[in-house]
Amino acid sequence: MAVLDAGNIKAADAAETWLARVWAEFSESRTAVFALGLVVLLVVLALLAPFVTPQNPYDLTQLNIMDNMLPPGERSMDGRLYLLGTDEQGRDMLSAILYGLRLSLFVGGTATVIALGAGTAVGIVAAYFGGRVDTALMRLVDIQLSFPAILIALILLAILGKGVDKVVIALVSVQWAYYARTIRGSALAERRREYIEAAQCLALPQSRIIFRHLLPNAFPPLVVVATVQVAHAIALEATLSFLGVGVPITEPSLGLLIANGYGFMLSGKYWVAFYPGVALLIAIVAINLVGDQLRDVMNPRLKR
Amino acid sequence: MLAFLFRRLGQSLLVVVVMATLVFVGVYALGNPIDILISPEADQLEREQAIRRLGLDRPFWMQFWIFLTSALSGDLGKSFVHGVPALDLILSRMPATLELAGVALILSIGIGIPLGLVAGLAPKSLLGRGIMTSSIFGFSLPNFWLGLMLILAFSVELKWLPAGGRGATREILGIQWSFLTLDGLRHLLLPALTLAIYKASLVVRLAYAGTREALLQDFVRFARAKGLSRTRIVGVHVLKTILIPVVTVVGLELGSMIAFAVVTETVFAWPGMGKLLIESIYRLDRPVIVAYLIVVVLMFVVINFVVDFIYTLLDPRVRLTAKEA
Repeated sequence: MAVLDAGNIKAADAAETWLARVWAEFSESRTAVFALGLVVLLVVLALLAPFVTPQNPYDLTQLNIMDNMLPPGERSMDGRLYLLGTDEQGRDMLSAILYGLRLSLFVGGTATVIALGAGTAVGIVAAYFGGRVDTALMRLVDIQLSFPAILIALILLAILGKGVDKVVIALVSVQWAYYARTIRGSALAERRREYIEAAQCLALPQSRIIFRHLLPNAFPPLVVVATVQVAHAIALEATLSFLGVGVPITEPSLGLLIANGYGFMLSGKYWVAFYPGVALLIAIVAINLVGDQLRDVMNPRLKR
Repeated sequence: MLAFLFRRLGQSLLVVVVMATLVFVGVYALGNPIDILISPEADQLEREQAIRRLGLDRPFWMQFWIFLTSALSGDLGKSFVHGVPALDLILSRMPATLELAGVALILSIGIGIPLGLVAGLAPKSLLGRGIMTSSIFGFSLPNFWLGLMLILAFSVELKWLPAGGRGATREILGIQWSFLTLDGLRHLLLPALTLAIYKASLVVRLAYAGTREALLQDFVRFARAKGLSRTRIVGVHVLKTILIPVVTVVGLELGSMIAFAVVTETVFAWPGMGKLLIESIYRLDRPVIVAYLIVVVLMFVVINFVVDFIYTLLDPRVRLTAKEA
C-alpha cells in the first residue's frame, strides 16, 4: 500500500512539474497572460450570466417595449441604465450579449470536446494499426479537408435544419479531421519509440498500450490545435447563425444578435450589430493569442 | 510524372463519385425524394409525371443509375421557385461569384505582400510590430461582421460607397462583368475587401516569415556585396523568393474564397451563387441546393487538381516521392 502511495505521489509530482514548466514558459509573454485572463473572465461572465446581467433577455415580461432602440448609455423609463443600448424589443444589449456569449462558448466548447474525442480515436487507430486502415482513414481526412469547413457545415445544416444540437453536429463533422491528422502524426512518431516496443514485448493488451502508453504521449500537440479550433468553432457558429441556418431565434447567439442588428444599421443605429460583434471579436482574438503562445511553448524546435 | 497525374486524376474522380453517392443517399434514401424533388405546389398529374420521369417507381439501384446519368448529362431538376433548370440558374450566377473571389484574391496579395515585406524588413520597429499585431486581428475578425462594419463606415456614415448590389455591368463574351465599369467597381470594392482581409493577414504572415528568412541567405549578402541598391535587393531578390510559398497557398485558398463568398454575398446582396444557395435553403428549393453542391464539388476537384499539378512543377520533392510510390 505504501509503495502504491509513493508511486501516486511521484506521478502527481511529475504532472505538476510539467504543468509548471508549461506555465513558466507561457507566462513569459505578458500579452498571452492578459489574453488568458480575458478568456477566463469571459467564461466566468458567460457562466454567471443569469446572476450578473441587469435583466433576463429571454423573459418577455422583463422587457419594456417603450425602451426600444435606445442608444448606449441612455436610461430607461424607470431610470435604469442601458450601458450598451437596447434592441427593437427594448431588450438590454449587455444582457443579450452575455447570454449570447454563453451560448456561443457552450456550442464552441461542446463541439470541440466531441470532435477532439472522435478525431483522437480515428487518428490513434490509424497510427497504431497502420497499413490499409491508416490509408483509408487518412484518405477520408484528406478528402474532407480539401473542402472548406463553412461549405460542409452549411450543406449539413441545410439537410438537418436549425437547432443548437444540429449546429454542434455540423461543427463536429467539420472539425474531427484536424484532430485526427494531428494525433496521427504525433502518434506515428511515438509508436517507433522504445517504450512502446517494451510494452509490446511485455504482451500488454493492445487497449492498454494505446490508452496508457501511446495516447498520453501523443496528446500534447493536440492542445494547440484544440485551442485554435475553439476559436474557429465559435466564429463558424456565429457565421452560420448570422446566415440564418444556425441556432434558432429563441436562443440568440452572438451571430444571430448581429444578424438582427443588420437591419437597423443602414439607418445609423449601429449599436445593435456593433457590440455583439465586439464581444465576438474579443473572445476570438483572446483565444487565438493564447493559442499562439501555446504553440511556441509546445514547439520542441524552439526549445532553449 | 504522367503516372502521378493519372493517379491524382483517379483520386479526383473517386471524390466526385463519393460526393455524388452522398448526395444521392442524402436526397433519395434518407428523406422522401417525392417531397424533396417535386414542388409541394404541384398537382396530382404533375406529381405522377415527375415520379415517372425521375424513375421513383423503379428499384433503388435503378434510381441511383438514373440519378447518375441525368446528373452527367447536366439535368439536375428544375428550381421550384424560379421554374428554370437548376443548373442554368447556378451557372448564370457563377460569374458574379468568380469575379468577387478573383478581385478579392488580387486584393489580398496586393495588401498582404507589401505589408509583410515592410514588417519583415523591420521586425522590431513600431510599424513592423503593429502590422503583425493587426494581422492577428485580421485572422480573428468574423467575416460577416467586418462586412457590416465596412458598410457602416463607408456607406452609412461617409456615404462614399454603395452598401450592396452589383451596380452597372458590361457584357463580354455573353457574360455580364462589374469590374469593367466605374459604378461596378465601386460596388465591388467593399465586398472584395471584406473577403480579402482574412487571406491578406495570411499572406502578411507568409511574406513576413519569408522576408526574414531571405534576408539571412547568401544571395542577399552577395547582392549587397555587389553594391546593388536596397530597392533592387528587396524588390527583385527578396520578393522573388517570398512569392513561391505565397502563390501556392493563395492558389489553395481560391476554393475557400468561393465558399466564403456565401457569407460576403449575403451581407452585400451580391447576386452570386452563394447568395442563391442561402435563398434556396430558406425557400427549401432543393434542386438548386443539389445543383450548387455538385457544381461546387466539381469546381473544388478541378482547383485542387490544378494546384497539385502546379505544385509538382514547382517542387521537385513532390515529384520524387510520387515516382517512388
